[in-house]
Amino acid sequence: MSETALQSQTEMTVSNDAIIQMINVHKWFGQFHVLKDINLTVNKGERIVICGPSGSGKSTLIRCLNRLEEHQKGQIIIEGTELTGDLKHVEQIRREVGMVFQHFNLFPHLTVLENLALAPIWVRKMPRAESEELAMKYLTRVKIPEQAAKYPGQLSGGQQQRVAIARSLCMNPKVMLFDEPTSALDPEMISEVLDVMVNLAESGMTMICVTHEMGFARKIANQVIFMDEGEIIEVNDPENFFNNPQSDRTKLFLSQILAH
Amino acid sequence: MTMEQKTYEVGAHPDLEPPITTVGVIGWVRANLVSTPFNAILTIVSLYLIYISVVPFIEWAFIDAIWEGSSDAVCRNENGGPKPVACWVYIDVWFKFIMYGRYPVEELWRINLAYIIALAAAVPLFIPGFKYKHWIGVFLLFVYPVIAYFLFVGDSFGLPQVETPLWGGMFLTLVIAISGIVASLPIGIVLALGRRSDMPIVKAICIGFIEFWRGIPLITVLFMSSVMFPLFMPEGMNFDKLIRALIGVMLFSSAYMAEVVRGGLQAIPKGQYEAAQSLGLSYWKMMGLIILPQALKLVIPGIVNTFIGLFKDTTLVLIIGLFDLLGAVQATFTNPKWGGFHTTGYVFAAFVFWVFCFSMSRYSQHLEKKLHTGH
Ligand SMILES: Nc1ncnc2c1ncn2[C@@H]1O[C@H](COP(=O)(O)OP(=O)(O)OP(=O)(O)O)[C@@H](O)[C@H]1O
Ligand SMILES: [Mg+2]
Repeated sequence: MSETALQSQTEMTVSNDAIIQMINVHKWFGQFHVLKDINLTVNKGERIVICGPSGSGKSTLIRCLNRLEEHQKGQIIIEGTELTGDLKHVEQIRREVGMVFQHFNLFPHLTVLENLALAPIWVRKMPRAESEELAMKYLTRVKIPEQAAKYPGQLSGGQQQRVAIARSLCMNPKVMLFDEPTSALDPEMISEVLDVMVNLAESGMTMICVTHEMGFARKIANQVIFMDEGEIIEVNDPENFFNNPQSDRTKLFLSQILAH
Repeated sequence: MTMEQKTYEVGAHPDLEPPITTVGVIGWVRANLVSTPFNAILTIVSLYLIYISVVPFIEWAFIDAIWEGSSDAVCRNENGGPKPVACWVYIDVWFKFIMYGRYPVEELWRINLAYIIALAAAVPLFIPGFKYKHWIGVFLLFVYPVIAYFLFVGDSFGLPQVETPLWGGMFLTLVIAISGIVASLPIGIVLALGRRSDMPIVKAICIGFIEFWRGIPLITVLFMSSVMFPLFMPEGMNFDKLIRALIGVMLFSSAYMAEVVRGGLQAIPKGQYEAAQSLGLSYWKMMGLIILPQALKLVIPGIVNTFIGLFKDTTLVLIIGLFDLLGAVQATFTNPKWGGFHTTGYVFAAFVFWVFCFSMSRYSQHLEKKLHTGH
């Protein structure tokens, strides 16, 4: 670890509970500056909602947190381990950080149960029987234990997304990242997924959600972050964020999104 | 005709029989054979074509064919020419040669034993729900080749050595084709992964390898293996012609397989990689558990197509002096007593090839159906 890394780490350990720290993070896609000087600290048990217009870099930001995207400048420290090119660290961090995608990304060639048990078996080296027991536990938690033997292609979108959440939970992650988990769903399925997420939030899981479900944000978020053009424009608690936004861009965005 | 038009209460409509002209034999014929005048003409023309081609063949191969006898005389006219019908006596007389080449008759049990072991091991693979399939796979891939090698070559365990120039016929065809098939899939997968690798040197090597072997005809590969290759070897170091040809065939088919597999890899959405990575799977686990199973399933038709092509291409080893099934059939023509039965010989060889290739094709369709998981 470089000297500056050590320094900033000691600086930041003021809040001892920090699970995620992003310090002056920048990212480019070629010439395109997609993340600009991102600073963000997430403490254990905190629930952050990120919103902002399309193309503002929300997905890129949370994908940097498990290195599906690589940042080029600044530091990302997760559970005290810095994300660098070191594959060992990356895999170690990915074990602790769960991610739920917009398009579920379930493994279509495996049954629901196999989808869930796969990572515990192969990454955590858990015995098969124990993994399947764990899988059933989380399937029950997302309220679809009866679908265990089916293939993902045979489930509805809402059910698939709940399976995807359960799949991440089976790794017993310390943080869960959600990238617009409900925006590919038909309206009548959104609430079943949000219910699961609220339930998860109430159990004390640390969560970062990119979502435009403002009702959900109001209900569970500790903080709402507004991003635009690669920058964090505003960080606020939900009450103030919705009723008393500070920046004009936030106001404009909220008026657009709440208009319909 | 009085149409009986019943009306039903809304919500109380019963399930009625479909109109008679849309189901059963009449419905099928109507819909498929004579749905338009043009279709009807096509049907008649097709039936006629089938009639003029299939009927004479059946007469030639079965009805008029000569089945019994032990010498060529039964298949000849008064003037000594071959009768214009299939002479199955000829196949009967030469059967051992066509199946095993010049492999010593008293050692044929070794080949047959190897066949029996392979079949016995393969049968459970077709039993649905059989638990130890992966162990059979391991046996067939890693143990069986060793057993087969010692059985075929001999020179140990008290078995007399049988030199490879004596190998021939369908036995040799199977040895070459199965070696090529078994080697091409793993090598092809590694090459395909390498070609998509982020490491520039690995990528360059794989591209170079694939494009080199794909760019030259198999005949050239075989010639090089048998004629040019020995020139590069140190004096006195000379290994078997068959082994050289085998290596050539393996490398050649691997290059083709690599491109088939790469096609499958390209069809897997990025989200599958991301989901696997986000669960903490390492590269090889991600490939082995998530990506390859899906990619290979997608390209089963292409893989089997390559296998079938390879199986038939084994006939090319004839030009470097190895006598596969077709080569053995051709070799019998040079026998002065048995000249003139080319058609029977070729039809028989074609039939044997067809049986193998068709079986592979059917098995691939069975696999595709079995692995379909509704997406
Ligand atoms: N792999 C990539 N290569 C180049 N540009 C990219 C890549 N991925 C994203 N971008 C660009 O980066 C910007 C931010 O993308 P990102 O997906 O993070 O936006 P977002 O805020 O998640 O938007 P949305 O709400 O539409 O999902 C966009 O302008 C996008 O075009
Ligand atoms: Mg996005």
